[in-house]
Amino acid sequence: MMDCVEDSSNDPLSVPPLSSPSTADTKVDKKKPSENVSLADNSLLVDISDALSEKEKVKFTVHTKTTLPEFQKSEFFVVRQHEEFVWLHDRYEENEEYAGYIIPPAPPRPDFDASREKLQRLGEGEGALTREEFLKMKEELEEEYLATFKKTVAMHEVFLQRLAAHPVFRSDAHLRVFLEYEQDLCAKPRGKMDLIGGLMRSMTTTTDEIYLGATVRDVNDFFEQETAFLQEYYSHLKEAVTKVDRMTSKHKEVADSHIKLSSCITQLATREQPATERFLTRAAETFDKCRKIEGRMASDQDLKLADTLRYYMRDTHAAKAVLVRRLRCLAAYEAANRNLERARAKNKDVHAAEQAQADACARFEQLSARAREELLDFRTRRVAAFKKSLIDLAELEIKHARAQQELFRKSLQVLRECQ
Amino acid sequence: MSEVADAPFSTVEINNEDREEEDLFASAVQEVSLDPEVNGGQEDIEKSNMGDISISSPATIGSPIMEEIATERANNIIITVTEPQKIGEGMSSYVAYRVLTKTNMPIFSRHEFAVLRRFSDFLGLHEKLTEKYLRSGRIIPPAPEKSIVGTTKLKMTSTPSTESANGTNSSASVQSIFVERRRAALERFLNRVAQHPVLCIDPDFREFLESDTELPKATSTSALSGAGMLRLFNKVGETVNKITYRMDESDPWFEERCARIESLESGLRRLCGACEALATERRELATRAHDAARSIAAAAAADPHAPLSRALSHLSDLHEKIEHLRNEQANTDFYVLTEHIKDYLGLINAIKDVFHERVKVFQNWQHAQMQLTKRRENKAKADLANRPEKIAQASTEIIEWESKVERGQQEFDSISRVIKKELERWEEVRLSELRATLLRYLEEHMKHQAQAIRYWDAFLPEPRAIK
Repeated sequence: MMDCVEDSSNDPLSVPPLSSPSTADTKVDKKKPSENVSLADNSLLVDISDALSEKEKVKFTVHTKTTLPEFQKSEFFVVRQHEEFVWLHDRYEENEEYAGYIIPPAPPRPDFDASREKLQRLGEGEGALTREEFLKMKEELEEEYLATFKKTVAMHEVFLQRLAAHPVFRSDAHLRVFLEYEQDLCAKPRGKMDLIGGLMRSMTTTTDEIYLGATVRDVNDFFEQETAFLQEYYSHLKEAVTKVDRMTSKHKEVADSHIKLSSCITQLATREQPATERFLTRAAETFDKCRKIEGRMASDQDLKLADTLRYYMRDTHAAKAVLVRRLRCLAAYEAANRNLERARAKNKDVHAAEQAQADACARFEQLSARAREELLDFRTRRVAAFKKSLIDLAELEIKHARAQQELFRKSLQVLRECQ
Repeated sequence: MSEVADAPFSTVEINNEDREEEDLFASAVQEVSLDPEVNGGQEDIEKSNMGDISISSPATIGSPIMEEIATERANNIIITVTEPQKIGEGMSSYVAYRVLTKTNMPIFSRHEFAVLRRFSDFLGLHEKLTEKYLRSGRIIPPAPEKSIVGTTKLKMTSTPSTESANGTNSSASVQSIFVERRRAALERFLNRVAQHPVLCIDPDFREFLESDTELPKATSTSALSGAGMLRLFNKVGETVNKITYRMDESDPWFEERCARIESLESGLRRLCGACEALATERRELATRAHDAARSIAAAAAADPHAPLSRALSHLSDLHEKIEHLRNEQANTDFYVLTEHIKDYLGLINAIKDVFHERVKVFQNWQHAQMQLTKRRENKAKADLANRPEKIAQASTEIIEWESKVERGQQEFDSISRVIKKELERWEEVRLSELRATLLRYLEEHMKHQAQAIRYWDAFLPEPRAIK
């Protein structure tokens, strides 16, 4: 069962805006089963066929193809916004039945602020740039915007695909509604109050976690270790994500500063004799091409390294949530135990208390078993994903470095001939 | 042209006034023609001074500029500056450089020789060359700037052995970068002088290269000395002059060149800014790569899956190496490209100095012209008033000023000619240097990329080995 999950979990990282051989492969992988399995029973295939970026929001067109009998049609489209994805995620989190499962992390909010801000700064600094530089900067920014956009879409798609591929999650009623219901889901974009509410909620959950961690004694070594590991791992990943992000963004800036260099050389060239002009123009072209390769290097690093780290940071968080839910369940179980003892002491309602205690015990046992399975699976999934993206990263880096080297070699040749 | 008869009289006066230029005017007087070949004359004199016969024959007189450039290129001399070493301790310490010269020019007594020189010696040489040749319109290659901060830091640090013991490696590397930059700049300066047909055979330059004894300490080069202050005042005065005085350019060649130099300067300034920005960004990228390496290492340490943990720690190592590589790239950006451009801006300043020198000569000439007109008017007045004693005085004055005007014009013509030739020469050197720099820059970066490929290639088996 986990194969599907594993497959799709690799996806966010391999739907890059810039095509690479590895991407092509995964895309084919994704398509193939869809062709074959679409005829088989019980298949639910979801993808985002289209997305539209409006002023403040992004509208995703969710395309579903299925043979499941619960759905009225076999193929349909709905338009969803980011908030609705979050809503769907929250429904899964709330559901007690799924307490033992790692719930796929909700996709991150579409964030074009960085691009917009840059664009704005570019507009302000227009006077300081030559026309060419301005156009190149703009082109660069548009590319960046497009890349972010595609990435956002991919993240949302992966979320749905993981749900659709999951043996339990796929049959959830909320998912069905999400996929099928043609109207808005009333998941209002969050207002200020909601934001504060969300903040409060997250604060209570954190305090809850700390409280539970301090009061409830876990007897199980496995979970204890797992908790410690996830806590530590999460913080390390978080740190790594910010650091790698900073690195890639700086790399982008390095690429961008080639624009200025190239345009300055071009300007110098215009004042020279034809032979020198040719020489300098060639050199400027080299710098321009160099910028493109550096830029690609940066975005591939972002895609392969930063995003893998980011995705697993969020997945780790989801795994941590499972452990918290388990602890909560354990607390409930202990409470039931105490109730039972109290009931026995008072000799009142003993039967009901016994029943409740047995229920709590069963629930806890079941949850623990499920959580154990999920966590083990999480580990293998993580390793596989890291392996894949590290290989991709290394291959892409080598590819770009080769391209760069080749570029320098060729332009050296050309420049040497250019007398 | 009745003045010609009085010419010998006026030359005596000139010789008294001008220290260095006597040869120049001697030749001018000898030929009396209005078109004296200044360079030929000067070279002849210098040649005879040194008792050397092989360089530049009298045939150069009157030959086209390009031809002269071709013969001048024959300077076969390579100078390397090596082994910067700190001598002494504390504030009185200094760095000495070993100046190694290899040449087969006959004016040098040996083919290969080395001397120990300190930074102020270089500045002293520059000073001397400027004094001697700027007036005649030669472009003096710029000497590296004095950096009080850099040298003081260098002086304050103790000897390398204790330094490494203290573990202040980063500051040591900063200093070595400073010394290295200075070394490269000094080498460039000497080679430029050596490649110059006139400056190369200057006795002071030869003494600088050859003399085994220590040169007299050039006190005037110190930034805080009295001479330094005087220089500063002079500079301020000249700048004011530069701003206030506008010369009506009669020579379209100069007009065009002036404009071109100006636009070249602004273009180069922009380029310099762009290069510096690139180098800075790259340096920051290096630091960030380092941070990333650290955090990846931490994540790797926390990872329970052994092969993945190993792969991640390799990735961390890789990023450490990349950090190093980025720094090297930044160094390439900086030392190959930015330094070159900065150096160029220095040269452009030297050219502007030469232009300014020409303006000054022009000013003198115009002044003499004005005085002459005035004297003529005086004479006319005296003629009208019919006062013989005044007429006589006025005529001698007129003769005097006429010769001054002539001299001014000759001086102006000669400086214009020298500048033209110097600029032609510079133009060629400039283009070939620019070419070489860009090629070297690309070559270095190609090497960096090859290094990156090696790093990643070495890393690739690690993730493949997982599971």
